[in-house]
Amino acid sequence: MSEAVLDHAASERYAQATQLQLTWWRFRKHKLAVASLVVIILFYLVAIFADALAPNDPHATDARRSFIPPQGIHLFDDSGFNPHVYGLRGVRDPRTFKLAYAPDPARKLPVRLFANGYSYDLFGLFETDIHLFGVVGGNRGEGIFLLGTDQLGRDLFSRLVVATRVSLFIGLAGVTLSLLLGVLLGGISGLYGGWVDTLIQRVIEVLRSIPTIPLWMGLAAALPNTWSVTQIYLAITIIISLIGWTELARVVRGRFLSLREEDFVVAAELAGASQLRIIFRHMLPSFASHVIAAVSLALPAMIVSETSLSFLGLGLRPPAVSWGILLQDAQNIQVLAGAPWLLAAAVPVILAILAFNFLGDGLRDAADPYG
Amino acid sequence: MNVLEVAALKKHFPIRAGLLRREVGRVRAVDGVSFSIAEGETLALVGESGCGKTTVARCILRAQRVTSGAIRFSPAPGRVVDLAAVPKAALRPLRRHIQMIFQDPYASLNPRMVVGDIIAEPLKVNGVPAAERAARVLELLDLVGLPALARSRFPHAFSGGQRQRIGIARALALNPRLVVADEPVSALDVSVQAQIINLLLDLQDRLKLSMLFVAHDLSVVRHVSDRVAVMYVGRIVEVAPTDALYRTPRHPYTETLLAAVPAPDPARRGRRIVPRGEVADSAKPPPGCAFHPRCPHVVDRCRVERPNLIDLGAGRQVSCHRARELSLAGVG
Repeated sequence: MSEAVLDHAASERYAQATQLQLTWWRFRKHKLAVASLVVIILFYLVAIFADALAPNDPHATDARRSFIPPQGIHLFDDSGFNPHVYGLRGVRDPRTFKLAYAPDPARKLPVRLFANGYSYDLFGLFETDIHLFGVVGGNRGEGIFLLGTDQLGRDLFSRLVVATRVSLFIGLAGVTLSLLLGVLLGGISGLYGGWVDTLIQRVIEVLRSIPTIPLWMGLAAALPNTWSVTQIYLAITIIISLIGWTELARVVRGRFLSLREEDFVVAAELAGASQLRIIFRHMLPSFASHVIAAVSLALPAMIVSETSLSFLGLGLRPPAVSWGILLQDAQNIQVLAGAPWLLAAAVPVILAILAFNFLGDGLRDAADPYG
Repeated sequence: MNVLEVAALKKHFPIRAGLLRREVGRVRAVDGVSFSIAEGETLALVGESGCGKTTVARCILRAQRVTSGAIRFSPAPGRVVDLAAVPKAALRPLRRHIQMIFQDPYASLNPRMVVGDIIAEPLKVNGVPAAERAARVLELLDLVGLPALARSRFPHAFSGGQRQRIGIARALALNPRLVVADEPVSALDVSVQAQIINLLLDLQDRLKLSMLFVAHDLSVVRHVSDRVAVMYVGRIVEVAPTDALYRTPRHPYTETLLAAVPAPDPARRGRRIVPRGEVADSAKPPPGCAFHPRCPHVVDRCRVERPNLIDLGAGRQVSCHRARELSLAGVG
């Protein structure tokens, strides 16, 4: 009896499920995509709270602490639970006379949550110097270097965290711009057809036939040296989305063309519905999910574009910090031999790209629950 | 009083080729079709796929532009408009008077709208106030035999037959003068087909519907239609009251169509007539009678002279040179 009632409730829930619910139910079964979604949410949380997560000022240089290897956190000492890192001691190599840092177990720097550090603006609103974790005490130049430091003595972990913000948001900004261009031009192309359609499609073909790296290099080289970091950032976003919109425009156009022939659209037209109502009530909701899936597949391409441009020295320039700029430091084989930890900057790139691709796959499969 | 009079309707599709998209030929999908539908009458338009019957339906609904001809429609008693001549902008106020039942109940309902909204849409876009809409939706659901709680569900919760009921409710929402049903049961299971046919019969009875029923299945047509028009390659070859057509077909093509209707009783199975060859290509129809290459009764005249639709009396028209001399086999 109660089972039958439950059964009925479940089928009624299914009967009244909106597209969003159906999509979610289907997406949930795609375990890899759900895991990727979690990873991506974590990435964006890191990006939003970058300054609070970075224990050291990502821009502070200190020649004495260049190329410090990654430091481990020790959780216990003789007195019990007391997380700490070792202090540093300069040791001169007897053969090369090069000064290298070695951990000094004699001095312990305690690690604390919500420690004070460099000051920054949280969300650009209020100034604070509270960081999620950091060391208490220690001499100038000492600190917690989870992933070691670079040649200029900057903390790689802090720089990576701050770079996440730049790299992920440049992707978002680029995709937003592509989306606007793509939906607008693709929509016009699909709705009006005729010579407008032909013109837009030929423009897309020409744009897509240009090899991207030389095009970007040309455009990026044309940016004036005198521009500020923000201006360059905006310009790079526009350059990247210049190619990105074509794919989205094709998706939108294709959906418009196929939807125009759908029976339920014809039915609305025969009922006397206005063109606007048909577009906004019937057509747009039918392909919004496809566009979201296309966007989540376009994002990693954007991120890779920014990374490769910056890696080649054509994208963002120091003092801006992005994944590409961090990888630029790892270009030199001699540096890499001495400080292999600089390659750590590649890990978040790979993770983010994989996660976005799996998420995009999952969304694409779940996007049309009626198919 | 006729609700619809179609006169010499033509719909040609140009075949374009080459870089300049020059017209190299024409598909004569509908090539001079005339018929009428009286008030409260159901006319069935039958023929093989590709004969142009769906194009006729779409022309009447003005989902397609007409090449030439007239579609005289009466939106209200005493008023007649030629739908073929109305500009597209002036079409919207007329749309409410002709509604359509679609073939595929899976494609014709927007999956993202609840059933109540789907049925109410024609009402909404024609300015019926919300309270009235809600009452009308309940009335329509009851009319097509669906429970009232169906209105808050999405189409994915319904079977093909139930979806077709929803489609019928939507078509009837505005009390249209004419309903065009484009193969309304051919996408359904046979058992469900019977239910939908019964529903349509019931609605004809209660609402005095005028209907154009497009179908390829003659066994279905027999139950719902008052008269039948048989189409072949863009033209009507025979029009007759349903019973007369089934009992004594006058066109050889009608005879072959009837012979293809499966008879459930083996004792009553007649000889099968399988026409030779393929359906004629409407881009280059054969000279003379379009059916002559396949016709078992062909004479020399059929190969050169195209027959016109002639009146045989008793509401029968046929376009065959030998209509008066042949005696053809019907069913039941």
